[in-house]
Amino acid sequence: MTTPTIPLWEVFIRSRNGLAHKHVGSLHATDATLALQAARDIYTRRGEGLSIWVVPSHAITASDPSDKGMMFEPAESKIYRHPTFYDVPDEVGHM
Amino acid sequence: MPAASIQVSETPLVLYTLRRADDALILGHRLSEWCGHAPMLEEDMALANMGLDLLGQARELYSYAAKVEGNGNDEDKFAYLRDVRQYRNLLLVERPNGDFAHTMARQFFYAAFADLYWLAMMASRDPTMAAIAARSEKESAYHLRHCSEWMVRLGDGTDESHRRAQNAIDELWAYTGEMFQSDESERGLIDVGIAVDTSALRPRWLQTVSSVLTEATLTLPNNDWMQQGGRFGRHSEHLGHLLSQLQSMQRTFPGATW
Repeated sequence: MTTPTIPLWEVFIRSRNGLAHKHVGSLHATDATLALQAARDIYTRRGEGLSIWVVPSHAITASDPSDKGMMFEPAESKIYRHPTFYDVPDEVGHM
Repeated sequence: MPAASIQVSETPLVLYTLRRADDALILGHRLSEWCGHAPMLEEDMALANMGLDLLGQARELYSYAAKVEGNGNDEDKFAYLRDVRQYRNLLLVERPNGDFAHTMARQFFYAAFADLYWLAMMASRDPTMAAIAARSEKESAYHLRHCSEWMVRLGDGTDESHRRAQNAIDELWAYTGEMFQSDESERGLIDVGIAVDTSALRPRWLQTVSSVLTEATLTLPNNDWMQQGGRFGRHSEHLGHLLSQLQSMQRTFPGATW
């Protein structure tokens, strides 16, 4: 069955305190309240989450896959941006 | 040779526990009938989740009834090997699913009651019942929230959804009275603090139901005449059909496992 008039929502779940919300999937719901309930029913059935965000899919601005070269390749040749070339003094301890 | 029905020694506490277990099993089974048929996939999952919550409640209650009875029965025997006249559930929960509005209205009426009921039962002097209540209350609270949201959307939605929701409320209303009745055997348990007097829960139930239905632009029926009989095994014609489906495997192949 198609549900052409029902908006699409993206679902983000935070699994534990202190961790960020992660995108887990999408669903259809008529409004935000029902989207939140549907997210709970579909994506937290096995105890996956402690917090849920739902965001209207149309609110997300995405990069264009065809811009991949221009957008991301310039960063690939700049390994010096990774903070792996420094000796961390012992006094700093665990970072 | 088909399996015969079991005999149950219905002492007050066994009967009391079986009544609540049967409510949960039968309503849970009704919700399971939606599996693969709900209006949309998201709601299909929501209905199945609620059904599984209720099935979990039923299992705990049946196990406890079996322990209290001490007669060699277990949760499976209570579910699969009692005939329709031995079932003690509310007539409300055996009502057929009907359309989506019927299913939601039935669930709404029951959840609004169950939430209050389990909340009160958390103070039961019977520690097992209190523990089952603590878990069930959280589940019922969510069921109530879910159904309330749907009642508002159906009632205050389109003309068609409003008409269907009002029909469902009108048809199911007469089955809500039974939730607040108790008999002699329950009164003994109420007196010693094991059970709660559900008639005392009705004003708050009515408050919840009225406020949601008002928001949903739906009307509460005026008639006060209520159906009853489920608690004593006098059921509508629908329960037998439900049980024939629920029990067919164990009746045909007694003790079958997989």
